[in-house]
Amino acid sequence: MVGWKQVLLYMNIPSKRSKRTQTCLSQFFERDMELENEVVEEMERELEEMRECYRSGRTREASWRKSQLNGLLQLLREREEEIFRALHQDLGKHPVEAYRDEIGSLIKSVNYALDGLLRWMSGNKAKLPRIALLSTAEIVPEPLGLVLIISSWNFPIGLSLEPLIGALAAGNAVVLKPSELAPECSSLLANAIPRYLDYKAVKVIQGGPGTGERLLHWKWDKIFFTGSARIGRRVLAAAAEHLTPVTLELGGKCPAVIDTLSSSFDRKVAVQRVLGAKFTFSAGQVCIGVDYVLVEKKFSSTLVELMKVEMKKMLGENPRESRTVSRIVNKHHFLRLQSLLLDPLVKSSIVHGGLMDEENLFIEPTILMDPPLQAAIMKDEIFGPLLPIVTLNKIEDSIEFINSRPKPLAIYVFTKDESLGRSMVSKTSSGSVVFNDTIIQYLADALPFGGIGESGMGKYHGKFSFDTFSHNKAVLRRSFLVDFWFRFPPWNDDKLQLFRSSYCYDYLGIVLTVLGLKRTNGVSKRD
Amino acid sequence: MMAMMKSVSSINLSQDFSALGGSCQTIRTFAYCPMSRANPSPISFTHASLRISRCSASVLSVTMEEEKEQAFDAGKAALLVKELRKSFNSGKTKSYEWRAAQLQSISKMIDEREKEIVQALQLDLSKPELEAFVSEISMTKSSCQKALKDLKHWMAPEKVNTSITTYPSSAEIVSEPFGVVLIISTWNYPFLLSLDPVIGAIAAGNAIVLKPSEIAPATSSLLARLLSEYVDRSIISVVEGAVPETSALLDQKWDKIFYTGSTRVGYIVMAAAAKHLTPVVLELGGKCPAIVDSNVDLKVAARRMLAGKWVCNNGQACIAIDYIVTTKSFAPKLVDALQLALEEFFGKNPLESQDMSRIVNLYHFKRLAKLLDEDGTSDKIVLGGQRDENNLRIAPTILLDVPEDSLIMREEIFGPLLPILTVDDIEDSFHIINSKPKPLAAYLFSDNDGLQKQFVQNISAGGMLINDTVLHLTVPTLPFGGVGESGMGAYHGKFSFDAFSHKKGVLYRSFKGDATTRYPPYTPEKQRLLKALLSGNIIGIILALLGWSKE
Repeated sequence: MVGWKQVLLYMNIPSKRSKRTQTCLSQFFERDMELENEVVEEMERELEEMRECYRSGRTREASWRKSQLNGLLQLLREREEEIFRALHQDLGKHPVEAYRDEIGSLIKSVNYALDGLLRWMSGNKAKLPRIALLSTAEIVPEPLGLVLIISSWNFPIGLSLEPLIGALAAGNAVVLKPSELAPECSSLLANAIPRYLDYKAVKVIQGGPGTGERLLHWKWDKIFFTGSARIGRRVLAAAAEHLTPVTLELGGKCPAVIDTLSSSFDRKVAVQRVLGAKFTFSAGQVCIGVDYVLVEKKFSSTLVELMKVEMKKMLGENPRESRTVSRIVNKHHFLRLQSLLLDPLVKSSIVHGGLMDEENLFIEPTILMDPPLQAAIMKDEIFGPLLPIVTLNKIEDSIEFINSRPKPLAIYVFTKDESLGRSMVSKTSSGSVVFNDTIIQYLADALPFGGIGESGMGKYHGKFSFDTFSHNKAVLRRSFLVDFWFRFPPWNDDKLQLFRSSYCYDYLGIVLTVLGLKRTNGVSKRD
Repeated sequence: MMAMMKSVSSINLSQDFSALGGSCQTIRTFAYCPMSRANPSPISFTHASLRISRCSASVLSVTMEEEKEQAFDAGKAALLVKELRKSFNSGKTKSYEWRAAQLQSISKMIDEREKEIVQALQLDLSKPELEAFVSEISMTKSSCQKALKDLKHWMAPEKVNTSITTYPSSAEIVSEPFGVVLIISTWNYPFLLSLDPVIGAIAAGNAIVLKPSEIAPATSSLLARLLSEYVDRSIISVVEGAVPETSALLDQKWDKIFYTGSTRVGYIVMAAAAKHLTPVVLELGGKCPAIVDSNVDLKVAARRMLAGKWVCNNGQACIAIDYIVTTKSFAPKLVDALQLALEEFFGKNPLESQDMSRIVNLYHFKRLAKLLDEDGTSDKIVLGGQRDENNLRIAPTILLDVPEDSLIMREEIFGPLLPILTVDDIEDSFHIINSKPKPLAAYLFSDNDGLQKQFVQNISAGGMLINDTVLHLTVPTLPFGGVGESGMGAYHGKFSFDAFSHKKGVLYRSFKGDATTRYPPYTPEKQRLLKALLSGNIIGIILALLGWSKE
């Protein structure tokens, strides 16, 4: 834990740093590396042992996979209180929120995996054309080997264990590196996991960026990373050194498009769901949270009034006292969010909230109306409880607005207009699209969860998690009995004709050619 | 014609990615890419004049001048991508009609231009006509037909079930194109390995830049010519060239990169992709083993092994057998059977056979010669070994018991040399294979069910085929792709469509059916209800709603 505050500082440097901070950082980085050197040999030996364990084949067994998933389930049940406590310490998360987003949804996912495991493992028969006589084909999923999961601090338990479920179900040996920015959760995982899971095949390695770097340069069979696009690029570059496949779960500015809804019930529900996504999920520090709202000009003032009313109902008169809003993870992020509001033009666009309590790292849920589009708050991912509302003349303009920015992880659309819905799905590109709700796609096991472009690559959840950590091996079996004599040289025109027929699955053509009844054509004689 | 072929191949000596000396090559690139049409330069050539100029020295010197100005650099590449992105954003690739029309055109192109394709392959690789037809033309055609047949079905959103947790809702998975994609292909099957991924990318609705291999120059220029004639040029573009052109392309931001080729270049491609967070499919190679058990129908097995080695572009194929492992006692019989089949296929003097491709260029010829000439390897030749450097031909060569640390056992052979390793027990072969990087394909010849099962379970490979070779490639219902050093991502059939599609989860909810539990203020009752909801426990939900708890 030596100097983890400095670690935070290093991890969260904004892209333009001053020279002075840079030298400080590099000094720290070297110190960090020195520290690492003492344990690095130990680490390398442990990883080699894990590889050995994987090679022994025990992680491939269905029984092993099942026992690991059950172990995880037991961990979640028995350590619930500790998890609540750790999440509260790291992020000020309310237990209900912690249960809803982390423990509960994990239990659901483990059960889903346990339920599907044998079916997933059994692979698929593949259809063959009739010409492939006496052959069978199947797709056999096999584990990739030793995989690395790097998770993030905003859902430090959920985003660590959700991919772990997939990796274990697929039969891999796993190293989990939780985020050092949520230190309580990180050490909780490091302590608890070896007690509930096979410690020879599943390991938690804690540490700062030095550890992260070192781990990245090791050879893995898969890297699964959740975090920022900036670090995502480094992960991918490191993975390229060993041709390691990578899944990147990143973020982006997820818009919520709110159509001018006519029914007051619909309006209320829409507002509740947007506010819920923004302020009650880790205080907006979530990759699929609503980043900003798009709305028609004429509807905007109604919307803001409604938001104010609903916020009062949800968070009370004084949100700071209600303990329902998580705090900002650390000082760095607090300052970053604060700086987003520094621009006077942005500051003047605040229509609700805006209070900041640096000591308690608390930011009041804040609504802004039409902040300048070139301001940082509309350029960078906000990742905090600030909600800009951008007004448009027509709600259809939202499509162009979204398309002129990097592809987000999710687009939320509140509308009853089907044609708007259709064009939103077909004309924009994003990780997912959710109609009339927010966040809930995270819980849908049957839907792939993952980004595109700047919001990431690869997908997981449910069966997709299993697939992410598996290689689908094509297996074709043949008997020795049937061979078309025309498969082999020396070549002649009759053989060419037979191939023509067989590729078109023209069975009659094959028979005719074999009987010599069909003339070969289209063949130029070789000299 | 022969003389020209030689001159082309002799230019390509130095390395895999050697720059082509022919300057018309570079110029031709520009005649076919959309941006040069958009900004015609004062001395731009039409297709016709270029083809005429090809062998004319005086025009060549003019084109040399021109090349400097027109070099395909990062700026040109950026412009090309920008144009393509603009066309892609128009949305026309999203319609079924556009995709089907392109695929139909390609199918038509293959029918109408078969002769030219065969000719180009003959020039580049001396590929026998029938092999060209079977492994390139037919494969591409059938892949195109398959896509056309199933396209509607592939494009349709897939409805999925939703759980009680998100009730009431409906959900579907929508396949959307990535955007502008780069396909870099290779020289050993220059036609198939260029168009097969292009077909997938079109089916999925992407804008495409294809960079064929400069090491198969005739096919490369044919592809540039044919595609500009048959498909929508505002969406699908061919850039010809070598290292500088490829680097210029790799500098751009793509939405997907699909690369077929060597592991060495695979690293470079992936590192370039990392800068722009671009997902990649890498179709690489590796040393594909074949295990031969002693209980097989040797005559059939030997023919099939030949089909997976010398009939496969003379071993210059990523899924060709690289080496064989068999038992000590069985090895002599196997060698005899292989020799018999070789004679049957290629005659007494295989160097003269027209039924086998040549080595692609002098660089690769020398590389293979070096593998053969290494101390400790050269005396292990039991069959073949003859070479003809002038005609770039090496006879089918079998080596018995080469040392495991020899060059030939460390590198991918990619040519007509076949080492046979021997073991005491056939199960020992698993150790040999598992001690090497994961191959693209692994083959087993055995009638023993137990061994087959062990083979599937214990060996990791891109794909495997039991009692035959290469055929798994032709099955569109099987994914084709590597694992570990042999690549990442898969294609063929629907898998090609999927490789070029982003799977977007779309969830539809109504405004009704909200549980108040979702929102603060949080109470212990809400926590109980949530627990029940997330575990899908109906009784628990009722209890919680009634204000009771099981706990």
